Amino acid sequence: MIRVQYFARYREALGIDAEQLNDAAAFTTLDALRLHLLARGGVWQVLAEQNLMCARNQELCSLDEPLVDGDEVAFFPTVTGG
Amino acid sequence: MAIRVQTAAFDPGQELNAMHAANAGVGAVVSFVGYVRDFNDGRDVSGMFLEHFPGMTEKALGKIADEARQRWPLLKVQVIHRIGRLEPGEPIVFVATTSAHRQAAFDACAFIMDYLKTRAPFWKQEDTPEGPRWVEGKCSDKDAAERW
Repeated sequence: MIRVQYFARYREALGIDAEQLNDAAAFTTLDALRLHLLARGGVWQVLAEQNLMCARNQELCSLDEPLVDGDEVAFFPTVTGG
Repeated sequence: MAIRVQTAAFDPGQELNAMHAANAGVGAVVSFVGYVRDFNDGRDVSGMFLEHFPGMTEKALGKIADEARQRWPLLKVQVIHRIGRLEPGEPIVFVATTSAHRQAAFDACAFIMDYLKTRAPFWKQEDTPEGPRWVEGKCSDKDAAERW
């Protein structure tokens, strides 16, 4: 099982802040998981943005980051704090 | 090292004075305070909401502060970042570093701000006359972080 969180503009566009994906073995990398979400179509196209950022277990990472069962991942737009 | 992520307001003057209290080895204190402006990208801004990623935010700030400590001989690092509702004129962020000499404190403070801008999971949503608007990331912030 993989827990996925969405923040800020993505959370608003998708209408949810988190979900759980059960078939963890199907997602070997963060990008595989992202492509699965993109295939839902419609609003999910927001995850195709060039400046998308992502995290695995609360650490920034790239899309080729490997995933294992139990991971917690997050997708969000470019950060704008400070 | 101290990291605080909070909705409550803070007094930058008080935080600054606390940086060298009880440590006579401090020869330099450098601080940065970021404030909410009443304009951005040609629009009036009447307030903003700061969203963050609870848990990751504190970890990300801690990691940035740790990296600054590895690069420069610092005595103390303090990072305070507000979340939630903010009004124009209010302080959003406070970063301060202390060292025996000024250069380390100057550089480390700038480094922490540049990294915070590009790596800490905060998002600003501004209130404008046309309604709420998410602030977009800037290339100049990315360039500033890449110089380190």
